Parts: sequence; C-alpha cells; structure tokens
Amino acid sequence: MKNSRNSINRIRSNINMNLYRRRRLANLVILAGSMLTTIFGLFWLCWLLITLFGHGFQHLALSVFTQPTPPPGESGGLANAIVGSILITGAGIAVGAPVGVLAGTFLSEFAMDSPVATSVRFINDVLLSAPSIILGVFIYSVVVVPMGHFSGWAGALALALIALPIIVRTTEDMLKLVPNTMREAACALGAPRWKVTVAIVYRAARSGILTGILLAIARITGETAPLLFTALNNQFWSRGLNEPVANLPVVIFQFAMSPYEDWQNLAWAGALLITVSVLVLNILVRTLLRGGARG
Amino acid sequence: MNEKGQTPRETGQLNIDTNQTEKAENLLTHGFRDIKDLKTKGKKAGLHDLPVKIEVKDLDFYYGNFKALHSITMNIPEKHVTAMIGPSGCGKSTLIRCFNRIYELYPGQRADGEIGLDGRNILSSNEDLNLLRSQVGMVFQKPTPFAMSVYDNIAFGVRLYENLSRGEMDERVEWALRKAALFDEVKDKLRQTGTALSGGQQQRLCIARAIAVKPEVVLLDEPCSALDPRSTAKVEDLINELVADYTIVIVTHNMQQAARVSDFTAFMYLGKLIEFDSTDRMFTNPREKDTEDYITGRFG
Repeated sequence: MKNSRNSINRIRSNINMNLYRRRRLANLVILAGSMLTTIFGLFWLCWLLITLFGHGFQHLALSVFTQPTPPPGESGGLANAIVGSILITGAGIAVGAPVGVLAGTFLSEFAMDSPVATSVRFINDVLLSAPSIILGVFIYSVVVVPMGHFSGWAGALALALIALPIIVRTTEDMLKLVPNTMREAACALGAPRWKVTVAIVYRAARSGILTGILLAIARITGETAPLLFTALNNQFWSRGLNEPVANLPVVIFQFAMSPYEDWQNLAWAGALLITVSVLVLNILVRTLLRGGARG
Repeated sequence: MNEKGQTPRETGQLNIDTNQTEKAENLLTHGFRDIKDLKTKGKKAGLHDLPVKIEVKDLDFYYGNFKALHSITMNIPEKHVTAMIGPSGCGKSTLIRCFNRIYELYPGQRADGEIGLDGRNILSSNEDLNLLRSQVGMVFQKPTPFAMSVYDNIAFGVRLYENLSRGEMDERVEWALRKAALFDEVKDKLRQTGTALSGGQQQRLCIARAIAVKPEVVLLDEPCSALDPRSTAKVEDLINELVADYTIVIVTHNMQQAARVSDFTAFMYLGKLIEFDSTDRMFTNPREKDTEDYITGRFG
C-alpha cells in the first residue's frame, strides 16, 4: 500500500511538494484565523447576555408587566412602556410593511433595471444606512413641530422610516430568488402580470418576505434615538397614540442614567425584555426560513 | 454510409405506423388523399397542402442589439407535431417563445416581422397577451410546479378564464390529469403540494396544467431534457395522444425523439431556418448538407 503510493508520487513528477505544503499551511492559517474571530465575536455576545441576565433576570417580577413606571423610590413596573412599545412598533410596521413590500415588488417585478428602479434602489440603500437619529430629527421637524406636541404617531412614523428600507431590500431580494421559469410558466397560462405576482411569486417567496418584516421589527424594537425626538416618554398610561407615549427604549435610557437604584433595576429588566424579544423574533425567522426551504 | 442516420429513420417509420389510425382520421377530416402518400412520397406537397396554424413571415428577433433570428419564414401545420432541431443557441427556443410572446417578460427582447395565428398578426400591438397565452400554451424545460396543491396547480389556469362550478372543475382537473397520463398516479394526492411529485410527474403535471385551459397550440421547449427515459417515453406517448386535438411544436436536442414524435421537422442553425420538411424526408433524404451533417452527428 505504502509502496504503491510512493511509486505514484514518483511517477507524478509534475507535483511540487513545496507548493503543496505551502497551500496546506495557508489553509490551516486561514481556518484558524476564522475560528478565532468567530470565538471573539461569540465571546462578547455571551458576555453581553450573561451581564443582561445577571442584572435583569432577578428584577423581572410579575409587577414589571402589570404596573406602570413608578416615581423614584416607589414600587412599579414597565407595563405602560411595554404596551407603548408594542403599539408604536405595531403602528410603524403597519405603515412600513405594506409600503415596503409594494416598493420591493415594484423593483423586482416591474421596474427591473429601468433608470427609475436604479435610482429608487440607490436612495433606498442610502436610507438603509442613514443614522436613526437623523430620521428622528426629520420626523421631529415635519410632524412633531407642526403638531405642536410629541406623539406616539410621530414615533411610529419614525420607526416606519427605519423599517421601510429593510423591508424594501429583503422583499426585492426574496422575490428575485423566485426563478423566472415560475413567472414564465404562470404567464404562459394566460395569467395577467399582477395575478402572477400575487398568486405565484408571493406564494413562493412568502416566508422570505415575512422574514424581512420580522427582521425589521427586531431592528426597530430597540431603536431609541428616533423615539426621543418623537414619542418622547410618558410616566403614566397614555390615552392614545396622539400624545407622548411611554416606550421601553426611552424608559431604559432615562432609568439607566438616573441615580435611583430601583429605576436602574427596572432598566435592566427592560433591556433583558427587549433582548429576549429580539432573540425570539430571530428564532422565529430561522424557523420560517427553514420551513420555506422545505416547502 | 450513415449508420447513425438509420436508427432514427427506422424508429420514425415505426412510430408513424403505430399512430396511423389516429392521424389518418385527423388527416381525412382535412381532406387529404392518403396518409401513405403524405408519409412516403409527396412530402413537400403534403406540408404545403395542410391547413396552416401558425404562419411565420420574415421574423427577426433581437436580444438587445444581438440579432438571434434572421428572417424566419415557415408555416406550421395544424394538428400535427412539428419538431425544432439544431445545435444549442441556434434560435429554436427563441422562435417558439415568439409564438406566445413570452419574451415580452424581459425588457430588451423584441421581435420584428409577422406571426399569423388564425389569420391575425399576433405581433401587433393590439394583441391581448393574456388571451394569446391562453390560446397558445407552453411547457418548459424544467418542471415548474407552483407551490400549491396538485389540484390547484391545474385549476389555477382554468380559473383565470372560466367560471366553473365545483363539480365541473373536478371533472376538468381529472380530464387534464388523464390526458397527461398522470391521474392514476396522483388521484390520492390531489391535495398534496405539486412540488412533492417526482421530476417526471412534475413535468406531466405541467403538461396537464397547460392543456387544462384548452389551448389550441401547445409549445414544448425541451420538455424531456430533465427526465429519465421512462418518463420521457410517457411524455412522448402523451404527445402522440394530444396531436389529435392540438397543434404541437416541440424543441428537442434528441434526434431520435424528433424522429419518433414529429410529423414535420425544422432544422435551424445560427438563427436561420435551414430546412423544414416532413420528418421522414428530413431524416432520410435532406436537401441541405448542413441538415444531413447535423442529423448524422457530424456537426459541431
């Protein structure tokens, strides 16, 4: 066995063992490097989670979900902030998702490589990387100032602006993954273009599109800066989204910076809540995508 | 001299014999003399005597600036199988994609010239593309089942243009599946997703879907290239069955398949139609040197 292998190597005089060894070494170095950087990234993530759970978990009492934010020194919870966050995020997605999905559809199915599509895509990419505080200031100047007061609606609009480019991008990408043969097959049956899009293309890409929306929700649940300028905060229950509304990120911001220990503890609990909900959303996304790949 | 050429000819002959009864009936309704005349001697006359379904005249086709078809003129006879053969990139798929204007999905592709279908020019801007495509069905190289149940895959196209009751739709679905020789295999799986079928079944599902809307022309773009021999045989049987009611145009890379299933064969090369005649003649005594070289496998 060994002999025969040696004889093969002897015959194959074209093989340069030095070159081969150098390649193997390069492979080893790159592999080790990528493993180390992965561990480096995971290390911080784990540390962050451990710290969050360490500080936040003990304060995650039932009262956090049932009582509104307290004045310093009194007992209370985050109920109004949790509900406010859900409402603002929900309203933001309700605005951002339909617009985003339709715009993504336009780009992928109808505009394709036209000049309009190219410029919309470019602007969308700019919006995608715009700092969220700028979007907050923008909504502040066009909504909050004319209305004369901070409001949940303004916050929802700011969040919609952040979610929009994410949804546009993922929708377009997911629709482009649907093979053209599918569109051709449906068109060849005499189906009009809108019918092909809605009944065939959306159906094939639906888990992907839903994923984009969930990722956008995950992204905006933690946004603080735009809400500071728009929804602001409210120590009490709001009567609606037409007035300042309490929300988790701003409450965390305010409570964590405060000198009161019970406020700080609530901030930890809130931070843990947001992280866990983002985690749950991401797990949901992965499950969805796996289900979509199978179907 | 051409051993390779013998095999398809023989198979072709065999096939014609077995289908004689079906086709004879068909031909007689159109007032032809005798099937043997058509098949064995008067081929040229035969092709020109047949009623024309698709009349292509001076057709040019462009992918952007690239001219893919050069002045194609041909008459595709009604209720017969016409095969398109030729090396890859010769324009045969491009040509049949003009017959239902499916190329319009892509900006930058355009056709110049005339394609007559039942006396109207389907390349005119007045043509309603959706109605055209319900009249000219198409099956593609790769099976493309929609991500829905077997039943809905077939009902999808029918629902677009027909208002059928529940029972009528059930009947139509069964009819189409039987036509595609698929019903017995899937009758217990009608509610299951079409993507779960095997490759051969998926392709027959696509054929069933195409005929369920009752088109007049069925375009088959290399329908068997992704199928194993047994599924291929089923699809070919199906083609022989369908030709009684439909005008069929099939693009194929398989010479034997062209010989087996088609009545007429068109050979294309570099975007030009080199020769178009009865399959029998094309495979035994082609007029053009290029045709003979290609059919006998001496061509690049």
